[in-house]
Amino acid sequence: MKMTRYWKLALALATSAMVAGSALAQAPAATDTPTAAVVAAPAVAATNAPAATPPPTPPTAKDVNSGDNAWVLISTALVLLMTIPALAFFYGGLVRRKNVLSVLMKCFILACVISLQWVLFGYSLSFGPDLKGFIGSLDWFGLKNVSMDTPHWDAALATSYAGTIPHQSFMIFQMMFAVITPALIIGAFAERMKFAAFLTFAILWTTLVYDPVAHWVWGKGGFLGAMGALDFAGGTVVHINAGIAALVTALVLGKRIGYPDRMSPPHNLPFAVLGAGLLWVGWFGFNAGSALGAGGLATGAFVVTHVATAAAGLTWAVMDWFFNKRPTVLGVISGAVAGLVAITPAAGFVTAMGAIGIGVGAGILPWIFVSIIKPKLGYDDTLDAFGVHGVGGTWGAIATGLWATKAVNSAGADGLFYGNPAQLLIQLKAVGITLVYSLVVSFALLKLVDFVMGLRAEPQAEKIGLDLSDHRETGYTVLD
Amino acid sequence: MKYIIAIIQPDRMEEVLARLEEKEIHLVTVTNVMGRGRQKGIAEVYRSHKEAGTLLKKIKLEIAVNDAYVKPTLDAIIGGGRTGQVGDGKIFVLNLEEVVRIRTGETGGPAIG
Repeated sequence: MKMTRYWKLALALATSAMVAGSALAQAPAATDTPTAAVVAAPAVAATNAPAATPPPTPPTAKDVNSGDNAWVLISTALVLLMTIPALAFFYGGLVRRKNVLSVLMKCFILACVISLQWVLFGYSLSFGPDLKGFIGSLDWFGLKNVSMDTPHWDAALATSYAGTIPHQSFMIFQMMFAVITPALIIGAFAERMKFAAFLTFAILWTTLVYDPVAHWVWGKGGFLGAMGALDFAGGTVVHINAGIAALVTALVLGKRIGYPDRMSPPHNLPFAVLGAGLLWVGWFGFNAGSALGAGGLATGAFVVTHVATAAAGLTWAVMDWFFNKRPTVLGVISGAVAGLVAITPAAGFVTAMGAIGIGVGAGILPWIFVSIIKPKLGYDDTLDAFGVHGVGGTWGAIATGLWATKAVNSAGADGLFYGNPAQLLIQLKAVGITLVYSLVVSFALLKLVDFVMGLRAEPQAEKIGLDLSDHRETGYTVLD
Repeated sequence: MKYIIAIIQPDRMEEVLARLEEKEIHLVTVTNVMGRGRQKGIAEVYRSHKEAGTLLKKIKLEIAVNDAYVKPTLDAIIGGGRTGQVGDGKIFVLNLEEVVRIRTGETGGPAIG
């Protein structure tokens, strides 16, 4: 028995050694400045950056690079995979069996509804011609002026979101981000929110919270991007944004009947493992796809995404082992998801050693929050959407300000560990602004929907389960 | 006629069934059940939240027998099911009023076998 104790200690020490090691912020093994990719895709990487030599003339259909376009289209499919079935099954496995379909349904219907919202007006609000740094105009309503053949070109700013892929490729890639963000919030109100209320809230939230925040950070002219905030693939826009909304939803809706003492454990952990594994795979599209090209920047983002996730999954399992006596399956997959969340804003800006530091932090901070702080606060965030995405995302945004280095991405910036403390302040400011906006508007929207149709399922419906009460179906039959 | 209900450890089921077979007791109904006794359940932990797990998986056997077969049935279940540890289970023997074989309409002792 004593031996096991030492074992754990050794593992814990090894993990902390890794953090220390990475904190030294070594120079990257190969300072492979991804020239081609950066020039091709300065867009999402860093809108602010003094434009990485913008092409002097608008790109034409001839500038479309088939390799870049292939990678972005595959990445688009990978990011859709993250919502259905990955997130659907991750969440679906963690709820009680009477609510499994209600969770799968919410994820699936968002893939339908938000996709339509996006082509109609969501894309235009997020990425269309800038209105005062706050929102895009409706010039691209119904994909008007969004070409299938030629890359995007903003004549006023003489710059492109992605100069080597057709504008519609960029549009549909971004669509999948708009789909998954409201889907992440489902984890907070699972098992108790009425379907109609959820659908109304999701459409309003995507339009009034996601679309503006995406514009601030990624849109041409958006004020957070202009301020110099680094968010490679959506740590702030997607994860902090959704995480805060999740917290607000959990608070406004209140606890589930019977929480916390009379709750059943997750009804199907293998589903959750399947979902988490597919999330890991899909996330390569999310992060490496955000390079918007198939060059070195995509490779770098791919590598650090994988490394951070591995470190975070291991760290969470070790935390469980050390403090709860057993390494848990739910622990290792929760850690992996937290690692994916945390590396998201940093993916195109950090080295593999930086990624280990970010991953270890993502295994420790959300663990502490979910295990110790949340039970003390007593609110019921059903599946820890805030604990994982809000806390992990905030850590990632801050960690980007620590470990970012221009050696990885010349269009990025140096972080604190590379002698630039100012970047950390910019990151904190971006987190703070997103946090306040998401909190206030999410709260207002929830109150509005509650006033119009009521948010919460009837107590009887909640006890029966939302599968039967909302959809007149059950996930599992008892008899044939 | 008696109706015998036995709660046993899941991993002893194969052995118990084999021993019943040896004594030519073929009629048996098996169900997966949850239960608890003096050994309590195993508490599960999800994201550091302990679920008060007070139930354990068990197997329930139900066997209807004529009086002459009560002793052999009990011997088979005890022989196959005993490990000597807490949690080996219990056997309940109930009086059985009537048995009807649906196919033929036979009743009583002949309907059991």
